[in-house]
Order: sequence, then C-alpha cells, then structure tokens
Amino acid sequence: MSIARQAGAPASPPPAPGPSRPVRRVRHGLGGRVFAGLATSAGATILVILAAVAVFLVIRAWPALTSSPEELADGVSWFPEGTTLAGFVGPLIFGTLLAALLALLLAVPVAIGIALFISHYAPRRLASPLGYVIDLLAAIPSVVYGLWGATWLAPRLFPLWDWLGRNLGFVPFFEGPASSPPRVVMTVGVVLAVMILPIITAVTREVFLQTPRLHEEAALALGATRWEMVRMAVLPFGRSGVISASMLGLGRALGETMAVLMILGPGFTYSLALLQVGRHQTIAANIANQFPEANPLGVSTLIATGLVLFVITLAVNMGARWVISRRAEFSGAN
Amino acid sequence: MTLLDRKGPPTTGRPPSTRDLLTRGDIRRTVTDRVMTGVITGAFLVALVPLVSVSWTVLSNGIGRLSPYFFSVSMRGVFGGMDAGGIYHAILGTVLITAVATLISVPVGLMAAIYLVEYGRGPLARAVTFFVDVMTGIPSIVAGLFAYALFAAIFGPGVRFGVVGSVALSVLMIPVVVRSSEEMLRLVPNELREAAYALGVPKWLTIVKVVLRTAVAGIGTGIMLAVARVIGETAPLLITVGVIDSINRNVFEGRMMTLPVYVFRQYSQGLVPCAPDAVDCIATVNFDRAWAAALTLILIVMLLNLLARLISRYFAPKAGR
Repeated sequence: MSIARQAGAPASPPPAPGPSRPVRRVRHGLGGRVFAGLATSAGATILVILAAVAVFLVIRAWPALTSSPEELADGVSWFPEGTTLAGFVGPLIFGTLLAALLALLLAVPVAIGIALFISHYAPRRLASPLGYVIDLLAAIPSVVYGLWGATWLAPRLFPLWDWLGRNLGFVPFFEGPASSPPRVVMTVGVVLAVMILPIITAVTREVFLQTPRLHEEAALALGATRWEMVRMAVLPFGRSGVISASMLGLGRALGETMAVLMILGPGFTYSLALLQVGRHQTIAANIANQFPEANPLGVSTLIATGLVLFVITLAVNMGARWVISRRAEFSGAN
Repeated sequence: MTLLDRKGPPTTGRPPSTRDLLTRGDIRRTVTDRVMTGVITGAFLVALVPLVSVSWTVLSNGIGRLSPYFFSVSMRGVFGGMDAGGIYHAILGTVLITAVATLISVPVGLMAAIYLVEYGRGPLARAVTFFVDVMTGIPSIVAGLFAYALFAAIFGPGVRFGVVGSVALSVLMIPVVVRSSEEMLRLVPNELREAAYALGVPKWLTIVKVVLRTAVAGIGTGIMLAVARVIGETAPLLITVGVIDSINRNVFEGRMMTLPVYVFRQYSQGLVPCAPDAVDCIATVNFDRAWAAALTLILIVMLLNLLARLISRYFAPKAGR
C-alpha cells in the first residue's frame, strides 16, 4: 500500500507546462531531453574517469619513463645505482605478486569453507546474519588491520614462523632463521588474507546458493551424504564462480597499501624467503612510503610504478569480471 | 555411479547381503562426511578469530584514552611523550573531505545508475556496466595518484589540499554508488512506471517523482554504505592531503589531517624515549592515541553501517510481487 500512496502523489500535479497542454510537447519536452542528456553524460563520465586515470598517470609518469638510468639515480635519492626503471620496478612487482598470491593461497580454502557453511551447512534462517558477520570483516578500515597486524598478530605468529624456519628450512620458502620481530611477507600474507576473505566469501556464497536445487536433491536421492552432495553438485557448479572470486580477491590484495606499509620491513630483492625481513616490498606500500618526501622526479618515478600496478589490477579485474559476467549477477560493489 | 560401486565394510567373512547394503551406512563415507562438516564449520570459526581479535584489541587498547578532551583538541603544540593531544582536527578533516567526496559522487553515481536502468541501451550501456565493475577494483593508492596527477596538472607539483583527497575518494566511491543505486532502481516495479506513463507523465518526471521516490530508502542505504567504505581509506589521503597537527577548516587550501591518516601517523612515530625520572612522559602515548583513533574510526564506520541497515529496514518499500 505504501507504493500505491507514493505512486499516487506524483500523479496529482499535472505535468504539462502550459494551460493548453499540448500532448506532443510532453513527450519530447525540453526537460526530458535535458534529463536524458544528464543521465547519459553521467554514464559516460564513468568511462571518462577511467580513461582520465590512465591518461593523467601516463602524463605524470612521462618524465621518469623518458629519463636515463643515470638521471634517475642522480635525481632520486632512493633510486638504486646502475639499474633501469624496469630493473627498479621488477622486484616491486615480484613482491606485490608474492604477497597477493600468498594471501590468496591462505584465503581461498577458508573462504570456500565459509561459503559452504553459510550456504549449505548452517540453518537456513541463519544464512543471512552469518553472511553479515563475515561482511563486517570488510567494514574494518585497512589502517586498523595494519595496526592490529603489526602490534597484536605479528608477535603471536612468530613462534609458528620460528618453528617453520627450524623444521622446514630446507624448503626455499621457509628458509630460516625467521626474523624477529616478524615484519616479513608471510605475516603480511596472513593479514591480507583476512582482508580479502569477505569479498571472496561473498561471491562464492552467491554462486553456491545458485546451485540448481534439483541437482542437490538428485544427489541426495541417490544416497549421497551431505559432503558428497557438495562435492558432486555444488563445487562443480560453482567452479567458475570460485575462480572469478579468487581473481577479485587477488585484485584487492594487489592494491592493498596500509597493512603492507605498516607491517613489512622493506627490501628490494627477488628472494623467495618468506620468513626473512628486508627482502620484499610491494608497489603500493613503496608509493605510500616514499611519496610524501619525494622530489618531482621521484614523484614521477613513483607514479610510473603506480601505472604498472594500475595495469596489473585492471587486467586481473577485467579477467574476473569477464568470467563473472557470463554467469552471476554480482559485483564487489553491492 | 560411484555411490553404487562402493561396498560396505567387510565386517564378517561372508559378502554383505543386499539388506545390509541398504540399511547399514558405509562407515568410511559417514566419517568423511563428518570430518568435512567439521572442517567447514572450522573454516567459519577461523574467520571469526580475526574479527573478534581485531574488535577486542582495538576496544581494550583504545577505550582508555577516549574522553571529551581527546575529541575536542588537536595535536598542535604536542610533542614528546606529553599526555595531551586529541583528534578534533582529524575528525573535522575526515568529515569535510568525505562530505565533499559524497557531494561529487552521489550526483554522478545516481545519474549514471538512472542512465543504466532507464535509458541505457546498446554498447555504451554495456561498456558502462562493465567498467563500473572494473572501477571497483582500482587500488585506492592509484586513485590517490590520479587525483594528485590531475591537480598537479592544474596547480603545479606538490599540490596538497582537501579537495584533492575528495576527488581521490570519489573515484573509489562512484562505482559503489552506481551499483547500489542501480540495484535499488531495478527493484521498482514496472507497473508504477506504466501507471505514470498512462497518466501522461513524461518519462523524466516519472523517474524523478515515481521511481526515485519509491527507491529513496534503498538509495540512501547504498550511499551510507559507500560513505562507510571510503571513510576508512588511508593511502590516497596520505599522498594527496598530507598530514598536519593543527586544525584546518578550508578544504581548498592547505594540508588536512584525517582520522585514518592520524592512526597511521601516530603508529609510525612509535615509542617515545622518556627520561627515567620524567613525570609527564608516557612512552607508549603515540600507540595509545593510534588505538583510540582507530576505535573512533571503527565506531564511526559501524554507526554508518547500522544506520544504513536501519534505513533499509524501516523505510524500504515492499518489493512488487
């Protein structure tokens, strides 16, 4: 009834501008054209903004892109001697990908578990409150995660890292000795995993909920246990959803700044040693770290690295959206 | 297939009878099912650990410094381990910058959503839909770099004032507003539009007076959630607005402090070296302030979230059946 009331109100004032009320003018009135134009240009603005992001980054990065390595080394205090811009960005890209993939590796299994729990294990009435609880993780600002990760989580993770370094040190990833305090990429991976958990869970949950009821019931009717039903009906159906959710999570992890900046002890190498400090740095954290005190050429160099990050995340996100747009009505924005 | 192949456990020497197969469960399958139920429930509980732990550490570490004094003073003239200083300037900066960002994002986002729902046809609409989704994935630091690059092109390098930060936040906020508003506009039943058309109301008036009015609660919720999402952004504000210790009310000139940046700033200043006999010196005062500001920030975000849920619960129209 509230609809009827609301709908009734606008109908009462006659829309026609003049007393003679020419019907044709109502259809093609000026207001209509202006409004349609406004709406369309707002839509086009989205595309313009995205293009402008790319264009302005390129413009500002241009001085660094066209400078010789010597000029960069002279003009920028933290630029390493004897490398090109690509040689400088390389370890940063490596660090960014390493931290993000680590986070993904930790987050995806847990997220699938949570999504299954919410969609198929928890009582149906609880499904949406439980989903809301997980979404709360996304509401916590990243700087708070950084503060928490650096002061609360890191000391508690150290015994585990120490144990890994002692007992699994022969694996290149866990090469000891584990650094203390553990301002290492492994700790960053754990915090990033927590941060991307909500988005992966949300997408996966939606896809699992879309599993055709008949598939599930058919499996159960054949005598499958609940886990067998999940394995045979739900997981195969949701596979592409899980993949695109993971890619969305990867996109988030790649661009995360504050948690990395506050936890990681930076370094610029291609090291695989996850437990050692001063080996890795990500693009985003490096920008936030150097930007406030950088000179114009330094700013330009940082924007060039930001451009690389933009391209990487754009590619990952477009891939994820392409997969997701073929099946689910879902985006990270809702 | 696989189900029928599996035999029950050979408990006795003789092969199990058909009756056994049908009535007794397969132990191995039952155990696997139980174990997986445990694992999946465990995954959910594991996710609760960080949530509870973050909430608890922030609450227990931050509550001690929260006081009217803390909310009402800036950091001007505060140095060393002084037991003083507050977040008034940071709250002010956060509110102003977020408000300007909302002023930019809501008209653009809402009109774009109207375009997509009411007018959008053809390749432009498809492109907008796709790139709105892609835009949600822009890293916040890149949005900050963009805003800086944009204003540096106009005002020259080294530009830092509130509106730059607002523009950076708008880049992050617009896609969220578009998606949530779009969803709400699509919920408006078509019968309402058709009824308005039948009465001779032009399309744009139908949108303004019928569609928007029906969806206003949902759109309000979406905007609240979008604000809650960008209010905690740190990295773009760190590089576009900078840090300052005193109060700045002008978003068009000079650096401003914001709450998330304040948390980071206090954290990165670290422990204060105190003389052993100093009376008015707290070694951990910077961390204490960081935790208290983090608690304030979380409370603001949670309040916005709660408000958004309340709006949608009490003002949402009943969806058409």
